Amino acid sequence: MTIAASVIQTVTERAKREGARKVTRIDLEIGELAGVMVESLEFCFDVARKNTLSGEATLNIISVPATGRCEDCGHQFHPETHFSFCPECSGCRVSIEAGMEMKIKSFNYE
Amino acid sequence: MRFKMCDTCGCNQPGNAVTFKKPSEPHYQHDHQHHEHAHEHHPAVTVNLEEDILLKNNLIAERNRGFFQARNIRTFNLVSSPGSGKTTLLEKTISHLKDRKQFIVIEGDQQTMRDAERIRDTGAPVIQVNTGTGCHLDSQMIHRAVTELNPPEDSILLIENVGNLVCPALFDLGESAKVVIISVTEGDDKPLKYPTMFAASDVCIINKTDLLPYVEFDVEACKQNALSVNHHLKFFQVSATTGEGLEAWFDWLLNEKGTAHW
Repeated sequence: MTIAASVIQTVTERAKREGARKVTRIDLEIGELAGVMVESLEFCFDVARKNTLSGEATLNIISVPATGRCEDCGHQFHPETHFSFCPECSGCRVSIEAGMEMKIKSFNYE
Repeated sequence: MRFKMCDTCGCNQPGNAVTFKKPSEPHYQHDHQHHEHAHEHHPAVTVNLEEDILLKNNLIAERNRGFFQARNIRTFNLVSSPGSGKTTLLEKTISHLKDRKQFIVIEGDQQTMRDAERIRDTGAPVIQVNTGTGCHLDSQMIHRAVTELNPPEDSILLIENVGNLVCPALFDLGESAKVVIISVTEGDDKPLKYPTMFAASDVCIINKTDLLPYVEFDVEACKQNALSVNHHLKFFQVSATTGEGLEAWFDWLLNEKGTAHW
């Protein structure tokens, strides 16, 4: 809920400064491993947008694929979880390089 | 390219033919004929924000971190499920070390002053943050609590987060390190069930080890599970009740500079 409210607040403040009549669409980038449940974010978004400039905005969530690098062999791969093993050397010392982001990419207004 | 209707009037102009401009820039022209119907012309504008959703929280967290750095205050954010023994661990830690170090505590719970009252009895200055329905502490709450507590130089600030293994993982408070606590009455697969928290933490304390003979908890399996999520984790096995294993935790707490890059 804090995340949804934060998105609405940031976008609405900026849209006001831009002189917007209404916000029509908000694009978010959420990493696969960010720890955010998209369904619940969408639900909270519906509540948070009420009575704001973003009241009629549609929410578009772009999922950012995770990438991980094995610290043992350097292999870069797509880890499905935080605890994926390296497919090359089966090492478990994997650093997550992408897929943790939570970003407001852009918004549209009229 | 996805086929999209003209954003302005809904005619069958492909979406990629529509250009976007800010209001201060010259008004864009449609290069197609509009229908007969009259409508108010509100140009659609895209603002590329590229902004972290938690930017505000992260900025205040860095501000907190700067304050802690200036006063040489080391700050630890204690996170766990409800009932893992965080408050008991804090009580024991403060009672044992209070002659060697000044401790300050921020207690986070949805309701009640119970934890703050327990900490107050150890003699440490404490403030209770009741989040109401909130499931985590954020950096603004810490900022306000710290302003009221005014922690002295060279002290240690312990933040007991709301008992929740999910949301507190996402919110930087400005701490030097995050400490996740798991008790042996929980499942040893918890690190796999709540990986985000274990991935975000620096230290893992396995508490209530005095109960190991009575439960099925496998310490080594738990460590392996936690390490597969985050291979940088450092472990302490303790019983806050009997005091077993606490010395190593005390040593670390007194000497650790934290992982935050000051």
